[in-house]
Amino acid sequence: MGSLSVDHLVGIKNLTKEDIVLILDTAENFKSVINRPIKKVPSLRDITIANLFFENSTRTRLSFELAEKRLSADVVNFSAASSSVKKGETLIDTVNNILAMKVDMVVMRHPNPGAAKFLSENVDSRIVNAGDGTHEHPTQALLDAFSIRERLGEVEGKKIAIVGDITHSRVALSNIFCLQKLGAEVMVCGPATLIPKYIQDLGVRVEHNLRTALEWCDVANMLRIQLERQDVKYFPSLREYTMLYGLDKELLDSLSKKIVVMHPGPINRGVEISTDVADSDQAIILDQVENGVAVRMAVLYLLAEKVKRVEV
Amino acid sequence: MSEKIIFDQKELDLSINRLCWQLIENHCDFSETVLIGMQPRGYLLAQKIQQKLKELTSIDNILLGSLDITFFRDDFRRREEPLSANQTDIDFLVEDKRVIFIDDVLYTGRSIRAGMDAINSFGRPQNIELLVLIDRRFSRELPIEPNYVGKTVDAIDTEKVLVQWAGDKIEKDQVSLIRA
Repeated sequence: MGSLSVDHLVGIKNLTKEDIVLILDTAENFKSVINRPIKKVPSLRDITIANLFFENSTRTRLSFELAEKRLSADVVNFSAASSSVKKGETLIDTVNNILAMKVDMVVMRHPNPGAAKFLSENVDSRIVNAGDGTHEHPTQALLDAFSIRERLGEVEGKKIAIVGDITHSRVALSNIFCLQKLGAEVMVCGPATLIPKYIQDLGVRVEHNLRTALEWCDVANMLRIQLERQDVKYFPSLREYTMLYGLDKELLDSLSKKIVVMHPGPINRGVEISTDVADSDQAIILDQVENGVAVRMAVLYLLAEKVKRVEV
Repeated sequence: MSEKIIFDQKELDLSINRLCWQLIENHCDFSETVLIGMQPRGYLLAQKIQQKLKELTSIDNILLGSLDITFFRDDFRRREEPLSANQTDIDFLVEDKRVIFIDDVLYTGRSIRAGMDAINSFGRPQNIELLVLIDRRFSRELPIEPNYVGKTVDAIDTEKVLVQWAGDKIEKDQVSLIRA
C-alpha cells in the first residue's frame, strides 16, 4: 500500500488517480470490517478527531462519526449553533482552541467555499473537508465512485449523468473531478439557469433534456434542488422542475437500457426522483450510505498515517 | 546476499504430514475446530493443510478462513509506509470453536497478538492454538509460543526466513535463510 500524496483531504481536485484508487481499495477492506459481527478495529485508538459542523448535516456527520468510532478514534462533536462562533470568534481561533486540547484531526463542514483549504494552510492538524459551501464534498464523490465501481465493476469508460442543481452543488463538482480522474465520461443535465456558464471547460458534456441524458448514461446521479442556497428564483416552480427534470418510473422503464440511479441525499421524494424509483432495484441510494462509512474510514485511516507521533 | 536452503520439498512434505497427524490426534473429527490462515502467507499454508487433512481423514467440511490483521497491528504510524490490507474471508462464526491459527513463520509474535485481537470480531473462541511451519527461536517480543512447529530455526535479526511455494517463480516448495 502506498501513502496518499496529500496531507489533507480538501478536495478531489488535489488528489491523483492513484490516491483515489488507494482510498477505494482500502475502503473495500473496511466494508468487510463493518459487515462483521463486531464492526470495530483498533487502528486509530491513539487519535482524537473533532467534527466541526458549521452547517446542518445528518447523514455526513453520522457517517463520519460512525467511521471514526469504528476505527476506535476518540471523537468530539461541535456544532456552530451552540458555540462561541456566535459570539464572534474567528474560524482559526475556534479551531486552534480545539487543537490546544490535543486533537489530531479535524473534519469540517462549512458554508463558505475554501474554508477547508484556508484551515489546512493555517492550523497544524489534518483536515478532512466534509463539504465547503458550493465548492467540494470529496468524501461524497469518493463514496459515489466506490458505489459505481461496486455495482458496475469499474468506473473507467462508464458514462455518468449528474442531473439537477449543478450550480449550487458541491457534490457535482467533486463528482466531476473524481469520475474524470478515474476515466469516466461525465454529463451534467439541468435547466440552463442551474448549470454554471463555463462548466464545459471542465470537459463535461452539457444537456438540457433529461431523456437524452438518461439514454446516454450508465448511471444517473440525481441531485437535490438546494432551495436554501438559491437567493433568486432559478425556475418558475418546483412543479415545473419536476415535470421536466424529475425521474419517475415511467421514464426509467421507457429507457432502452437499465441504468443505475444514485442520489446523494437528502431525497425530496416527488421532486427530483419519485418514490417508486427511489425504492426500485435500480437505485443504489442506501448502498451509497453504507459505502459512505467504509470510504470515510479509509480516508481517516490513510490521513491518520500522517499525524505526527509524539516521541516519548 | 547469500541464500541457504533449510527445508527442501521432501522435508516440507514430511513436516506438513506430521503436523496434520498431530492436529488429527488433538482434534479428531474437526467438528468443533476451524482453521484460520494468517494473510497473506499463512493462508497458503493453511490451504495445503486443509487439503492434506481432507486426504488423511476423508472429512470434506473442515472450515478454513483467512484473517487479515493489518488494522489490528500495533505499529500503525510507526512504519515508513503503511502496509496494504488483504482480504479477510471468514464466513462462519468462531464462537465456542477451537481455533487453529496457521502461519508460515513465527518471529516476534506481534502478528499473532494482532490476530488474537482480530479474531474476536468473529466471536469468542473456546481456545486458540498456533501452528507454524518455521519457529524463529529467541526472537520473540511477546509471550507467544506455538503449539505445532514444523521446524525450529535459529536466525539473527539481519537474516530473513523465506517460505516459497512451487508456482510461477520456483519449481519446488522450499524454505531458505537469506543473509543480507
